[in-house]
Amino acid sequence: MKSNPLPHALKLGAAALTVALALAACSASNESGTGSGGGSGGSSLTGDLNGAGSSAQEAAMTAWKAGFQSAHPDVTVNYDAVGSSGGREQFIAGGILFAGSDSYLSDDELTSATDTCGGPAIEIPVYVSPIAIIYNLPGVDNLQLSPETIAQIFAGKITTWDDPAIAADNPDASLPSTDITAVHRSDGSGTTANFTDYLDQVDSTDWTYGAIDEWPIQGGEGAEGTSGVVAAVTSGEGTIGYADESQAGDLGQAAIKVGSEYVTASTEAASKILDESTPVQGRDATTDLALTVNRTSTTSGVYPIILISYQITCSTYDSQDKVDLVKAFESYVVSADGQNTAAQQAGSAPITSALTTKAQTAIDTIAVK
Amino acid sequence: MPTSTSVESTTSPPRRAGDQLFKGLATGAGVLIVVALAGVAIFLTYEGVPAFTAAKSEIPGGNGVVAYIWPLVFGTLLGAVIALLIATPLSIGVALFISHYAPRRLAGPLGYLIDLLAAVPSVVYGLWGIYFLAPRMVPLFEWLEKHLGFLPFFAGPTSVTGRTMLSVGVVLAVMILPISTALNREVFLQTPRLHEEAALALGATRWEMVRMTVFPHARSGMVSAAMLGLGRALGETMAVAMILSVSDVVTFNVISNTNPSTIAANIALKFPEATGVEVNVLVASGLALFLITFAVNFVGRAVVGRRKEFSAAN
Repeated sequence: MKSNPLPHALKLGAAALTVALALAACSASNESGTGSGGGSGGSSLTGDLNGAGSSAQEAAMTAWKAGFQSAHPDVTVNYDAVGSSGGREQFIAGGILFAGSDSYLSDDELTSATDTCGGPAIEIPVYVSPIAIIYNLPGVDNLQLSPETIAQIFAGKITTWDDPAIAADNPDASLPSTDITAVHRSDGSGTTANFTDYLDQVDSTDWTYGAIDEWPIQGGEGAEGTSGVVAAVTSGEGTIGYADESQAGDLGQAAIKVGSEYVTASTEAASKILDESTPVQGRDATTDLALTVNRTSTTSGVYPIILISYQITCSTYDSQDKVDLVKAFESYVVSADGQNTAAQQAGSAPITSALTTKAQTAIDTIAVK
Repeated sequence: MPTSTSVESTTSPPRRAGDQLFKGLATGAGVLIVVALAGVAIFLTYEGVPAFTAAKSEIPGGNGVVAYIWPLVFGTLLGAVIALLIATPLSIGVALFISHYAPRRLAGPLGYLIDLLAAVPSVVYGLWGIYFLAPRMVPLFEWLEKHLGFLPFFAGPTSVTGRTMLSVGVVLAVMILPISTALNREVFLQTPRLHEEAALALGATRWEMVRMTVFPHARSGMVSAAMLGLGRALGETMAVAMILSVSDVVTFNVISNTNPSTIAANIALKFPEATGVEVNVLVASGLALFLITFAVNFVGRAVVGRRKEFSAAN
């Protein structure tokens, strides 16, 4: 007897349908709310803590997740590194419990966030990282640059390495006449925002574009992401770029003129400038720790080109579970333990102990609605 | 009369539940694809419209949405055309070698290897382009600038990293090679054996035989192979985003570090940090890409359809 081919096709169809249904069921079960039960404090915490935002914080967040979850095994921390503005948007929409962001909330965003939270948002600087000026110029090992020179290089006003302005910063070096290729980020990024903020603060006559997270000028070399910038600087001769210091690898790093001395990027020098920073005007200084970095500081030993990334939470949540989760997690992140873990894993600069104290005070104000 | 009714009843096929179900599933699948396509078009239009109605100053760049999208459209087309110029002759050559020149022992594995290129993810091509290909293209760019610098394409100044539109074109050419080659090979193999033998019997050399019988027969297939390749090159995202050094410019200079971005790469680069109307602008650029791809496919099909009618081989 020859079997009819039709039933076979039917079986296939049925199998495909079953698979599709199973997949649908799976994706539905991914969405689970915060667990119930949750007593107060200690390892009795349970549930999901969902956050999203800055990709700069991702490496540190991996360390924090591991550290926090080993102390609280029943908690799952989810962090989606969608980008800072994506994180702020989701936070304002009420989709996540906290956001990671390379810039603090704008006044408009703060108003919307206050509406969502039913109280002011809390902004805590948790991740500080030096941005190194990396370069690739064979024969020149200890490049020194003054702020004005950096601004002119990245604005395209200085185009060769033997320019008198660079020579004045480096009296002992023999500079080649190679063309300068200034490498910038081609994607929108908090690194660019902080770097252009530096250029804007130190030399707004040469850098006229303000602080902006997308590179504002035509020309120069664009590269995707920190790794893209590092790759471009590595592969071309006469290149210079800016990248997270922990990602700079073996590339040469320029020393930046601060006051009368030249300082290279380091986590210590990056932490130091936090003391020079002032709270943003017009905000409640106890809960909103948004900082204006004084990048024109002339204090000895500070490194002014840093990225500050914040975690943003509500001051009130609708359940005690959420309050406990957020408080416990943020307290861990700003603690010496959390900051040191991030420093080891992600190469960030630990925040100062004075800032930790302030942050803890702000975290303690989080309460149930 | 009774005979005719009995004939009718025997000719009408027996209705089976399985038959009906399968027909329903097949129709459903067909309808679903149309609905999905319509859904995409409606979404792109709906989300893109605010970009056109917004004030010019709100659009990134400050000159309105057309000024924003135009360099991207230009870059998309430029990269795809370079890729097509490189890949089309290459894929025809490779396909011809496999179908008519290579010994059978070699032809099989070679075809398989070419197909394997299609299985490489585009980020891997991006990594290959950025770390391997681009730096090694620099000497070629320097040569082009020195000897052909009077052409606008090679005006320079040469990029020191090699991350230029020409490098992207080469990578895209490698990426579209497998699909073009596979299609060309298939149509070359379908040349009627009798035509080929007749040409050879008349004293044609092998190349003359290919020119007289294989190419005329395969012409429409070659066009659709190129169009399929073009479609992939237009939409390629990650490899371009990783390799290309982009600026907001329109230039034919393909060896400098100032290149126009492509639509797909620009969306990938800008979307994560985009807010408000910026998102609408990106969606509007996506709509432009959708229309370009649609037009390319439309033209491709029209060419193929026209050729079919008077192709001597059929």
